[in-house]
Amino acid sequence: MASGHPEAATRFVADDTRAHWHDQAVWWIRQKRDTASAAVPDWEALREAAAGIKRHALSRLADYLEEFERNATSLGAHVHWARDAAEHNAIVHKLLNDRGVTRLVKSKSMLTEECKLNPYLEARGIEVVDTDLGERIVQLAKEPPSHIVMPAIHRRKEEIGELFQIHLRTKPGASDPTYLTEAARHHLRDKFLAAGAGLTGVNFAVAETGAVVVCTNEGNADMGTSLPPLHIACMGLEKIIPRERDLGVFLRLLARSATGQPVTAYTTHFLGPRAGGELHIVIVDNGRAEILGREALRGSLACIRCGACMNTCPVFRRSGGHSYGYTVPGPIGSVLAPARAPATFASLPFASTLCGSCADVCPVRIDLHHQLLALRQELARKKLVSWPKRLVLQLAALVLAWSAAYRLGGWLARRLLPLVPRRLLYARWNVWGQQRELPPMPRRSFRAEYRRRRRG
Amino acid sequence: MTRSSRDDILAALRRNVPPASAAPDLAGLGVTFADPLAQLAQSVVAVGGACVRVADLAGAADAVAALPQAAAAKKVVSLVPGVGVPNVEAIVDLAAVADPHALDDLDLAILPGQLAVAENAAVWVDGSSLPHRAVFVITDHLVLVVQAKDVVHHMHEAYERLAGRPRGYGLFISGPSKTADIEQVLVVGAQGARTCTVLLVG
Repeated sequence: MASGHPEAATRFVADDTRAHWHDQAVWWIRQKRDTASAAVPDWEALREAAAGIKRHALSRLADYLEEFERNATSLGAHVHWARDAAEHNAIVHKLLNDRGVTRLVKSKSMLTEECKLNPYLEARGIEVVDTDLGERIVQLAKEPPSHIVMPAIHRRKEEIGELFQIHLRTKPGASDPTYLTEAARHHLRDKFLAAGAGLTGVNFAVAETGAVVVCTNEGNADMGTSLPPLHIACMGLEKIIPRERDLGVFLRLLARSATGQPVTAYTTHFLGPRAGGELHIVIVDNGRAEILGREALRGSLACIRCGACMNTCPVFRRSGGHSYGYTVPGPIGSVLAPARAPATFASLPFASTLCGSCADVCPVRIDLHHQLLALRQELARKKLVSWPKRLVLQLAALVLAWSAAYRLGGWLARRLLPLVPRRLLYARWNVWGQQRELPPMPRRSFRAEYRRRRRG
Repeated sequence: MTRSSRDDILAALRRNVPPASAAPDLAGLGVTFADPLAQLAQSVVAVGGACVRVADLAGAADAVAALPQAAAAKKVVSLVPGVGVPNVEAIVDLAAVADPHALDDLDLAILPGQLAVAENAAVWVDGSSLPHRAVFVITDHLVLVVQAKDVVHHMHEAYERLAGRPRGYGLFISGPSKTADIEQVLVVGAQGARTCTVLLVG
């Protein structure tokens, strides 16, 4: 297998101090989410409603998309459809190129990351500026985001200070977040004023009204769409919700789950273009219709990209988003990536203890831990699991299914393991034992012990 | 005949359609507060804003005059008749501005809010009241004027009130612009307004 999560994570945890810092930083966001959700008495009812709305929407996705298109078009917006990343990128490029736009400002869109839009446009002479502060930081650092809500959470403020010194001419050695954010404000303001077009993602697309809803804390989506005349909104087709009043449910869940705030600073409802401007909405499939047809995985399409699963996941916290090698990391990424490209991302469903904490915090009640298990089974069927692991698991299945083999195995372990020298037992072949101690072998099997106690 | 992407996508979605699932009933969601106005004030402060209660529009004008950001403002837009700044020379007629880029140096914007949500300090600003959308985000300081009778408890109530309005652009603004992208430290005044003051009238 090509190198995957374990290899990348090994590099991450090698820097022990940094790994602990990352763990604590991310866990703190989980705690803020807990405080926020505990203050909402109908939190569980909200989650249930959100899960129900998404399940219903997914059961009538084609109808709702057509309704959305009708309503958006009646307001003067243009709706485009893209089968895959290549078509999406071509559509966006054509819109910009036809209008002579060479400077684009973008607010956060995981979809455009998935389609690798930035390099596509840059190769064709268009300057693309990511305007979310975290995204701008990783853009300047020429690396991918490591978290879908806090893209630069893996970066220390001193590093950001150094980066800004080079690109924004901030004072050498400066690391105060307020100072650095102020510098970014002026830098990005210039970009907004000079831009020929603004591109946003879509948090929710409302079928009933044709509205595109974008949530930000910085206001960068508003800056980017209120100055240049062209607004391009890119959405995965699963972002559709049926009615405007459904927003009440999702908006009460989203920010609380993502950052512990009651709501984002800006929740903008775009209905049609602004006077003298244009609104183009690009609806993208890129494998989503295929996932819809897979019963075990279709629940992942309900995701509202809040990041709560990442913040709670012990593996994510201690390995960092870059260890996943995909646009969206953490538990949800470990479902989306291998669903799309099993061979490339075969290690991801195993980057989990199946503890279920992700499913616990998911605002739309996606049963992520079940989906991770379903993917493991699929990968094993496709023989995308390494042969030593497959061999061991097949052996284990045999032993567990055949009670005579189980009893013999247990007896051999109890008698022989204590006799094996430590050096041999914890040699490199024992991958499991690299970081763990084998349990001490008891004198008797449980069965024998149980019989003995019943007699005496 | 080549099928369009639209046809292909819709066909794939209909081919892969999951089992039918009814839309849930949203009745009963939302929490009501004993004193929604007090809760609103609390929420505004919690999101980094300031909330001032005034008796009427004259009181609102006084409250604005008392704000340090108003005293220092050299360029002001007010879309609330009767609520301006003492330094009238600073006031700009937004409808007369041809290009929103010219608002880059806007210091203060006083805008009407059609409703305010107690649970999260979200103030609904209708697009039809804004000659230029950029005004609320390009300004350094923001004042939102809301009638006390337009305060609702929660988001479900907000959308109930908004239902049936003419379809068009609008947004919820909750507090000033902010970010915590640098080591989780909250910085207020990221791209948009550095301060947000909600004036609750009546």
